Amino acid sequence: MAVTNEMIKQKLTEKFGEQVSGFEEPYGMLTFETPKDNNLKVLQFLFDDEELRFRFLTDLQAVHFPANTGRELAVVYHLHNLVDNVRIRMKIFSDISHPEVYTATKLYASANWMERETYDFYGVNFIGHPNLKRILNVEEMDYFPMRKEFPLEDQTRRDKDDEMFGR
Amino acid sequence: MSRPVQYNINGESDLKLVREGPEGLGGEGFFATSLDKVVGLARKNSIWPLPFATSCCGIEFMATMGSHYDLARFGAERVGFSPRQCDLLMVMGTIAKKMGPVVKQVYLQMAEPRWVIAVGACACSGGIFDTYSVLQGIDQIVPVDVYVPGCPPRPEAILDGFMKVQELVGQESLRRRNGEKYKALLGSYGIQ
Repeated sequence: MAVTNEMIKQKLTEKFGEQVSGFEEPYGMLTFETPKDNNLKVLQFLFDDEELRFRFLTDLQAVHFPANTGRELAVVYHLHNLVDNVRIRMKIFSDISHPEVYTATKLYASANWMERETYDFYGVNFIGHPNLKRILNVEEMDYFPMRKEFPLEDQTRRDKDDEMFGR
Repeated sequence: MSRPVQYNINGESDLKLVREGPEGLGGEGFFATSLDKVVGLARKNSIWPLPFATSCCGIEFMATMGSHYDLARFGAERVGFSPRQCDLLMVMGTIAKKMGPVVKQVYLQMAEPRWVIAVGACACSGGIFDTYSVLQGIDQIVPVDVYVPGCPPRPEAILDGFMKVQELVGQESLRRRNGEKYKALLGSYGIQ
C-alpha cells in the first residue's frame, strides 16, 4: 500500500481521533497539528508503524506568533520516510509563558542539536533533553533573540545615532 | 605608448633613503643616531603579520599578499601563523561575539611589542551586521592601532593601513610598552 497523504491522515485519525487536527496540504506536503503533550505519542506512532516508517527527523524549529495569544510558540517537526520518500510536517503550539515541550531526542538522535538551537533562539524548554544549553550564541546571552519582542540590532552599542539608523 | 619608468626616489640623487632616514650625524661611511630610531627602523621594515581572516576582507588580503600588490615590499614577506612569532595582528572580516574570546586569546599569545590593525567595516565597527550575534568592532576586546575602512577595502587601502602601522612602529619609543599609560590602556581591556 502506497504511503499517500490520505492514507497517513486516515491512520492518524484512526489512532488519535480528535487529538490530531488542522490537516492541510500546502504544496502537497501533509501538515497537521497536535496538542503539545501529545507530541511524543504521535512521533512514536509515526516512527514505529510498519507502513508509515517516518524514521528521519529532517528539521525541527520554532516560530513565534506574538498575536496568537496562548499559542504564541509553534514547534514544527519535519519528518521523512526515507523508504517511500514521503515528507510530512507536524506542529505543536505552546503558551509562551510555559514553553515546556517533551524532547524528541530519545526517538531521533538528530533532535539533540536542533532542540538546543531552538532553545537558544526561542527559549523552548525541552523537557528531558540531555544537555539543554545554548549552542550558537554566546553563553552570556540573557534573552532569546528570535522572539519578536527583541529588536534585531545589537542593543549594547552606544556609538550609533538612532535617527541615522532608522530605529 | 608605454609609461616612463619611475622610481620611488623622486630626486636626482639616490641618497634619498638616507635623507628620509632618522635625524642624526652622517658622513662618509658612517651614520650616528639614537638607539630608539635604529630599533624603530629595524622593526618597521620587518613586521611579521598574523592574518586573522574570517571573510571577504581576507580575500582582499590574499590579493595584497600576491605578486601584484605584494605586501613583501614592505618587509612583511613572512606571514606567521603562530601568534607567538608575530608582531602585527591583522583582523579581517566579521567577528561574531562567540569568536571574540578567540581573537583576544590570539592577541594575548603575541609577544610585546604587538600591534593590531582592523581591516574592513566589520572588524572596525561591526559594519552592516548590526545584530545580536556580531561583535560591534574588535576594539571592544583588544586595543586597535589602525583602522582600514571599506567593505571590503581594496588592497591599496590595506597597504595604506599597513604603511600607517609602519609609521607607528618606526616612531614608537622603546619605553612606551613599560609606561603607565600603556598599562592603563591594556587594563581597560582587562589585560594585565
